[in-house]
Amino acid sequence: MSAQLINLMASLMLLIAFAMLAQRRIRSLIYLFAWQGAVLAVNSVIVAWYTGHGELYLSAFFTVLLKVIALPLVLHYLIRKLDIQWDVETLINIPTTMLAGIVLVVFAFNLALPISQLAGTITRGTLGIAIAVVLLAFLMMITRRKAVPQVIGFLAMENGLFFAATSATYGMPMVVELGILLDVMVGILILGIFFFQVREAFDSLDLKHMEKLKESGE
Amino acid sequence: MYLFDAAITPPLDLILGVVLFWLLIGMAGVARSRSLRFVSRVLFPMGAAGSLVLAAAALYAIGAPTAVRVLPLGLPDLPFHLRLDALSAFFIVLVGVVSLGVSLFSAGYFRRGEGATPGLLCLQYHVFLSSMVMVMLADDAYLFMVAWETMALSSYFLVTTSHRIAEIRRAGFLYLLIAHIGAIALLLCFGVMHGAGGDYSFDALRASELPVFWASTAFLLALFGFGAKAGLLPLHAWLPEAHPAAPSPVSALMSGVMLKTAVYGFLRVTFDLLPTQIWWWGVATLIMGLLTALFGVMFAAVQSDMKRLLAYSSIENIGVIFAGAGLAIIFHAYNNPHLAALALVATLYHCLNHAFFKSLLFLGTGSVLHATHERSLGKLGGLIRNMPWVAGLSLVGALAIAGLPPLNGFVSEWLLLQAFLFSPGLPNPYLNMLVPLGSAALVLAAALSGYVMVKFYGVIFLGQYREEKMRTARDAGAWERVALAWFAAGCIGLGLFPMAIILLLDHVTLPLVNFTLSAAISGNHWLLFAPVAAERASYGPLLFLLGITGTLLVTFLTVRAFYHGRIKRGAVWDCGFPEQTSRMQDTAEGFGQPITQIFEPFFKVRRRMPDPFSSHPVYEKSNEDKLWFWLYLPIARANERISSWIGILQHGRIHLYLLYSFVTLLALLLFVH
Repeated sequence: MSAQLINLMASLMLLIAFAMLAQRRIRSLIYLFAWQGAVLAVNSVIVAWYTGHGELYLSAFFTVLLKVIALPLVLHYLIRKLDIQWDVETLINIPTTMLAGIVLVVFAFNLALPISQLAGTITRGTLGIAIAVVLLAFLMMITRRKAVPQVIGFLAMENGLFFAATSATYGMPMVVELGILLDVMVGILILGIFFFQVREAFDSLDLKHMEKLKESGE
Repeated sequence: MYLFDAAITPPLDLILGVVLFWLLIGMAGVARSRSLRFVSRVLFPMGAAGSLVLAAAALYAIGAPTAVRVLPLGLPDLPFHLRLDALSAFFIVLVGVVSLGVSLFSAGYFRRGEGATPGLLCLQYHVFLSSMVMVMLADDAYLFMVAWETMALSSYFLVTTSHRIAEIRRAGFLYLLIAHIGAIALLLCFGVMHGAGGDYSFDALRASELPVFWASTAFLLALFGFGAKAGLLPLHAWLPEAHPAAPSPVSALMSGVMLKTAVYGFLRVTFDLLPTQIWWWGVATLIMGLLTALFGVMFAAVQSDMKRLLAYSSIENIGVIFAGAGLAIIFHAYNNPHLAALALVATLYHCLNHAFFKSLLFLGTGSVLHATHERSLGKLGGLIRNMPWVAGLSLVGALAIAGLPPLNGFVSEWLLLQAFLFSPGLPNPYLNMLVPLGSAALVLAAALSGYVMVKFYGVIFLGQYREEKMRTARDAGAWERVALAWFAAGCIGLGLFPMAIILLLDHVTLPLVNFTLSAAISGNHWLLFAPVAAERASYGPLLFLLGITGTLLVTFLTVRAFYHGRIKRGAVWDCGFPEQTSRMQDTAEGFGQPITQIFEPFFKVRRRMPDPFSSHPVYEKSNEDKLWFWLYLPIARANERISSWIGILQHGRIHLYLLYSFVTLLALLLFVH
């Protein structure tokens, strides 16, 4: 029963990851990110209930607090302030990205196969999905032209890592987890300031303007 | 806790005290950075007093038992190990005696408005001195490298004192670059010797059992690394650039002492740290040394900048020193301790001699430079009239460097030749053929260095003034005279009393090659000195001096008795040239011309002939170093090309950078999989 629930959550994670890859609007992207956080929290609760690891409840609580409520609020505030609720521009068109994503998922499952066989946890089947979520988020970072979706990709990647940790070893030690959460918060803070500065300097958040920052050697 | 578990010995304490004292002097200089009077009249003489204490303590330590000490400095688990044995004590004596003179000279030398402020110079100078002493004292690879790099950096800042001049910045960069390449080789060398086990203290390195291949690798790395600092052949390029750029006391210190730290390191690694010596190591060192000596002296002969000339002459002397070290390795490997000790004594003796006469000459050029503001030999001349002190004392140095008896240069070169000439009897026939060839090369280098010194001295001090402003040149001040006199006295003293020096050097060679020359020379008559056997070759410097002075005296008296009062003064026959100007005398370029002709294949000579119809004909000629074009420039170009290839990676597009990470991640995952 629990194993099936966990598998359900894992497939939801993967689905949301693909949805994020296909999503063109920043506002929807933030909603999807919040949903992913929620699924992650539910998954943590299920695992905690099944295995009796009390720490995972705490981790689920923090996930809800930070990734479902706080960060999406901050991001919404940011895009309102910066007035960038327009369409996401991608470097590669969406269908191609999706195809690349499928290849990545196959690769991730292939990669996770031997590890899952070794692991004795109830969640072992979901390791492949966790790796796939990380890789898909990375792919999103690469294929987006604007800065905000890249940040969301970065956060989604962190979700994937979290998920991988839960599925492989029932979560990281609490200290590490808290440390990562703190890092993410500080990172968002810095990036928020950074966005304003970038727009100030270039009148746009398009990253191609930053290409001229490199050493001129041509 | 570390302070008290080692035997406490006074010389080591005194030496450490002097190092601390020097650092304090440097700090005091920074505190009153702009006051030239305070820095030069108070701090530099105090530094010289420190040098005197240092030299005396180290001199005492040569004969004393080895002292070790662990300083509670450094990284948490890596304290600094110190060790004062005969070899390090000898080289610390060298630091002491040279810095004594150079500090005294500096007290009168530095002027206002020459680049860095006096206080900063004072700090760099004393840090430089301290780091050289620490190099000698280091008993672990960690402290050795720290001191070594401190030495390189502080001397870099001293070289670039006049950093507003682009040429000087360029020279400093070249020096720093080669110093770092050498330091990398040394790091690798220590790493190889370290093998796998133990720590980096020299005791652990001594104890490690190295296979022959790795021992040879370590040796070659040491030859390369120390060769870069000393100026051995392919890595000599920084010397002729850095020496003219540096202020003269700094050149004197770099040439007189810093090059010797490389010799010290080389001897330390080869004879002390590495377990065995293999004969071909000696051959490699010998050949490199001889090539360097010949190369240096040839280029010295064609220079027309007096400090470049001296820099090339330093290259020559370093070549001679390394040739001696190579010979000592060969003899030691073939288990001939007597000749190994002889070659090693000659090597160390030459280090000491070179420190004295090269410092003397560099300081002399400093005085000339300040008096005339001219470095080019083509514009000097006739200075013996205005600067009798500098001219007279430099003459001693020039004669010593030319290897004339009874001065010190002769003794060490003679000893080295003895070692060469007694070598037949090595169990390797090829070596028996090679070594006489080497002695011929050595003699050629010695002879050419005489030629170089005639040129150096003659063009600067003798003849007519080549420029009008030479007439107003003034002799050096009292501080500078004292310093020059100290070095000149050293040249004479080291030449006249070789036995005493050799008895001292025995303490150094005994632990390295297990033989003392004192046994061989104890039967000698006190006036005659025969390092191998009295019936083969012997030398009596005092007798020689007596002979020279006697002959001179007799000649003088005879001439005086016959001709005094009978001289008639009249116009000289002008050979059909009624007008004689200073432009007609031999120039530096003219004097070097035969060498250029004979050894033309070794130079890259560029001549620009004047146009026959030109009203202002100009003749230009330059001798450049072929190695610069064959070795340095290709490497620099290749480096630039590779860098620009790698630069392609740098697009400035964040997506591409992310893609790099992504691909790397996938590749690594695949690899682990």
